[in-house]
Amino acid sequence: MYTQALNDPSSKIATVEEGEEKLNDYFMERISADEKIEPNDWMPASYRKTLIRQISQHAHSEVIGMLPEGNWITRAPTLRRKATLLAKVQDEGGHGLYLYAAAETLGISREEMQQQLLDGKARYSSIFNYPTLTWADIGSIGWLVDGAAIMNQIPLCRCSFGPYARAMVRVCKEESFHQRQGYEILLALCKGSAEQKAMAQESLDRWWWPSIMMFGPHDANSTHSDQSMAWKIKRISNDDLRQKFIDATVPQAHHLGLEIPDPDLKFNEKTGHWDFGKIDWDEFKRVLAGNGPCNRERMEARTKAHNDGDWVRKAALAHAAKQAARKSTRKAA
Amino acid sequence: MAAELEIVSREALFDLALRLGDTSLVLGHRLSEWAGHGPLLEEDIALSNLGLDLIGQARSFLSYAGEVEGKGRDEDKLAFFRNAPEYKNLLMVELPKGDFAFTMVRQLLFSAFHLPLFRRMINSTDTTIAAIAAKAEKEMSYHLRHSSQWVVRMGDGTEESHARCQKAVDDLWPYTGEVFEVDNNARELIEAGIWVDPEYLRDEWNGTLDAVLNEATLKKPESGWMQSGGISGTHSEHLGHLLAEMQSVQRAYPGLKW
Ligand SMILES: [Fe+2]
Ligand SMILES: [Fe+2]
Repeated sequence: MYTQALNDPSSKIATVEEGEEKLNDYFMERISADEKIEPNDWMPASYRKTLIRQISQHAHSEVIGMLPEGNWITRAPTLRRKATLLAKVQDEGGHGLYLYAAAETLGISREEMQQQLLDGKARYSSIFNYPTLTWADIGSIGWLVDGAAIMNQIPLCRCSFGPYARAMVRVCKEESFHQRQGYEILLALCKGSAEQKAMAQESLDRWWWPSIMMFGPHDANSTHSDQSMAWKIKRISNDDLRQKFIDATVPQAHHLGLEIPDPDLKFNEKTGHWDFGKIDWDEFKRVLAGNGPCNRERMEARTKAHNDGDWVRKAALAHAAKQAARKSTRKAA
Repeated sequence: MAAELEIVSREALFDLALRLGDTSLVLGHRLSEWAGHGPLLEEDIALSNLGLDLIGQARSFLSYAGEVEGKGRDEDKLAFFRNAPEYKNLLMVELPKGDFAFTMVRQLLFSAFHLPLFRRMINSTDTTIAAIAAKAEKEMSYHLRHSSQWVVRMGDGTEESHARCQKAVDDLWPYTGEVFEVDNNARELIEAGIWVDPEYLRDEWNGTLDAVLNEATLKKPESGWMQSGGISGTHSEHLGHLLAEMQSVQRAYPGLKW
């Protein structure tokens, strides 16, 4: 495994016999020294569990995220846009793969994680429960959704768990391409006809609030945040990330000539930040609980792909087993 | 490129570029339908790769077609503003994506022919066609390898996968005759050294298929009656639906930049 090579055997490593408490102290010492935790290092069971939950949820989000954008590959308005969109959706599949691989280093299989998703035991980002209704939505997703993902993921490049941090470095590079491509789609629309500009505005109207909800509940109501911060899995709080995103995005919207659908949005000279209106947390909870516009469809599509692929995966396994058997008979003969 | 136009008709060269471009575009479109719906995440990615190669080829061939035609039509004008009867793609590529066996068998049949085709077209007397073929040839060898591996896995795998794969071979077989069709335009280009006589490719095509199907324990159908019509614009029922979807945004808002 590539991660093992990075474990320095000469470094001070607490042994299992020293007892759980001592191990934990030593683990926290390493965390405070900003050392990376690698898969075969000792780690608290709850740290492992938290990471599995977070990384697998992240992987599922990449994979489910292929669906709303995939919805426009066959209708992209130019061949260049078609190729770019197909490549983007393909990248998201690749992100899913790296992330499943990072989670597998913690001792869970991809199959198990996927089963958790299909059984409704694992979540994915709620943003993908919103529909892509017009071509402009492909622009909005790239600009806002990939943009929010970058805000979230840049600090994760410094996350204490090595494989996750390294996966994020790779992912972030591609996400920034996606964000630029999305913005460029909207820029073309905003420079186009009145109809195209209206399409862009209508799309922003639908995607703005769900995008800023992507950062999760306010810090005061965030259940997992404190422990994750202490473990340096999370480096920046939900509210701080959200503010950073809004501050970066508002001028971009203005550059497009689009209006952000928040009457309370105002630049605060004192703080140097954009103040914004109240987030509809009822909507957030409702969609999270399964009642968004597309929750059922997304899970149905994923389940269908999984079920339809069952015979293919079985065939690959059966062929591999037959090959191995043929090899060993040849050897024996 | 313009030099060749003195020895062959503009119409024949336009026709060839469309035939190749439309075929790549329609097959690329079918492959792209798998993104997010494949049997394994690795295959979502691989099928997208194949689709991207084909869409790239389509863009090159269609841009060239527009140049040859000389009426100011670019790749998008040609892709989005022609109706089904003006499309020149092979019938094989417009058939719905079907199951994974159908998709992979089609890719095998397609690339087993197009790999040697592009390899020979590298020597085309038309330098643009030769340059596109040089890139496409490398891509086709990957398509052939990938689809062969899967056809072998599925043919050899389980009873179900074998049956699905054999059905795909049988269903697609009548569409394989079209790759060997030569009309008057093609004949003119063959004589000018721009295009390749497909008869020269038949042995290699057969050899590749025999080897893969044999390893996959699949039967190659008897060569019987063959479907025809794609390259003259008489398509199956499926192309109209595909184009209606593909062209919907451009047709709803004509004349705009995207
Ligand atoms: Fe991603
Ligand atoms: Fe992305």
